[in-house]
Amino acid sequence: MTLLQLEDVHAAYDESQVLSGVSLEIAKGELVTLLGRNGAGKTTTLRTIMGLLTPRSGRISFNGQAINGLAPNRIAKLGVGYVPEERGIFPSLTVSENLMFPSWGRGETGWSLERIFHFFPRLHERVSHKGSQLSGGEQQMLAIARILRAKMDLLLLDEPTEGLAPLLVETIGTILKEIKASGLTVLLVEQNTRFACQIAERHNILYGGRIVHTCSNEEFMRDTEIQHKYLGV
Amino acid sequence: MEPVFLFSQFFNGLVLGCIYVLLSLGLTVVFGTLGVVNFAHGALYMLGAYAAYTIANHLQLNFLACLILCPLIVAAIGMVLEKLLISKLYKLPHYYNLLLTFGIMFIIQDAIKIIFGPEGEPFNIPDLLQGAVNLGFMYYPKYRLFILVVTALLSGGLWLFIEKTRLGAIIRAGTDNAEMADALGTNISWTFTLIFGLGAGLSGLAGVLAAPIQNVQPAMGMDILVQTFVVVIIGGMGSIGGSILAGLVIGQILTFSIVFWPPGSTTLIYAFMALVLVTRPRGFFGRVSFFE
Repeated sequence: MTLLQLEDVHAAYDESQVLSGVSLEIAKGELVTLLGRNGAGKTTTLRTIMGLLTPRSGRISFNGQAINGLAPNRIAKLGVGYVPEERGIFPSLTVSENLMFPSWGRGETGWSLERIFHFFPRLHERVSHKGSQLSGGEQQMLAIARILRAKMDLLLLDEPTEGLAPLLVETIGTILKEIKASGLTVLLVEQNTRFACQIAERHNILYGGRIVHTCSNEEFMRDTEIQHKYLGV
Repeated sequence: MEPVFLFSQFFNGLVLGCIYVLLSLGLTVVFGTLGVVNFAHGALYMLGAYAAYTIANHLQLNFLACLILCPLIVAAIGMVLEKLLISKLYKLPHYYNLLLTFGIMFIIQDAIKIIFGPEGEPFNIPDLLQGAVNLGFMYYPKYRLFILVVTALLSGGLWLFIEKTRLGAIIRAGTDNAEMADALGTNISWTFTLIFGLGAGLSGLAGVLAAPIQNVQPAMGMDILVQTFVVVIIGGMGSIGGSILAGLVIGQILTFSIVFWPPGSTTLIYAFMALVLVTRPRGFFGRVSFFE
């Protein structure tokens, strides 16, 4: 069953066109990636889905409902969770205040605090610290935990491994696998192709503002030509 | 010079500082969250004073009613202004901000002149708060002490509200990163309206409190606005603690310069602001410099 669908979505910042006809489809429960070089439009695609950027044309539907043109808070309330590349932790809020955040819009229907702290013991230790006092890895965990707390249907995750030590990258990988196992659908933007191949089941390759190729993980790993042509790997 | 005289001047400085604190708190919270420098803030303060005058003289209600009703009235006016006009500024360059809020200030000021006349109106200290209190070492006017107490309670209450409540956390989140708060399901445009209303309400309250010691007149907001900006800049744009500290410091500088060196009273606070900005461009506790 299709959870998210983009049909010929065009979007631009001021005068510069960034998305020129993105079409993609994600089924419920999938963990799929959006791969591409710098400037290909990966972050813009996520921001457009989230409503932070209004598409110039095209259609975005979530759970069968058109969401293009809605305010970000409306889209969040429908069940779209967003973790931006810079994590979006509120520095002057404590860890527990940060955790309460999206659930205020959606009811505390997701993971219990107990389950979250069991899953992220590091956050439990720092529960009364301010967001500004957290390390990069802790911020990443908190940003993901926030979405789990509110029981979103879709997680838009932008470069979660960016700037993290190898050990933490592995931890994030484990977390994502468990999240997928719990039934959450994930759209992952990733520069680290190796990491992406370890956890994703399908890849969408973005090039010049449109999806040029979509394939299963096995296909992608075999096809070094595609990797070379569009990703420069 | 008598110590009692110095003490009473110190208290006068505190009282003046309190008015600055109440005014700059609203200005700084609005700037810190909405990014709007509100030049109409002084006009809202003046509206608070005129609302008190109307309620006390025409409706014959007591001062307590003024204290409760006027901030609510001014907050409501502020919220309407935000929804209709100020909210259009968030995506526009800063000069629109100056033009719009300056324009609103003049419109409010002239509307008051048309309705109430340009001269101003006297406003008596409420009966209950007339006279002086014996503090042991000196007598001090009851009403001025009342201003000190109200400001202290209100600053403490505002701090608790912002730091300890859910709505306070939403306000802080909106200040930190409004876009992210929106993306996490918060209706940020209503939060902004509420914050602007809060700032307006605080300036309205300052207007009520100042009315008995300053007479109510149309230019009162314009006169105090510039000093309030000095307080906000010294305290650090967006900082509540900074506004409280800077408001009290500026109150003292103004009061004591009038006592010891009257010709310098109008320039000293600007010299102090320059000194602070040279040594600490972000002000006392500011997160970002106004000039960055």
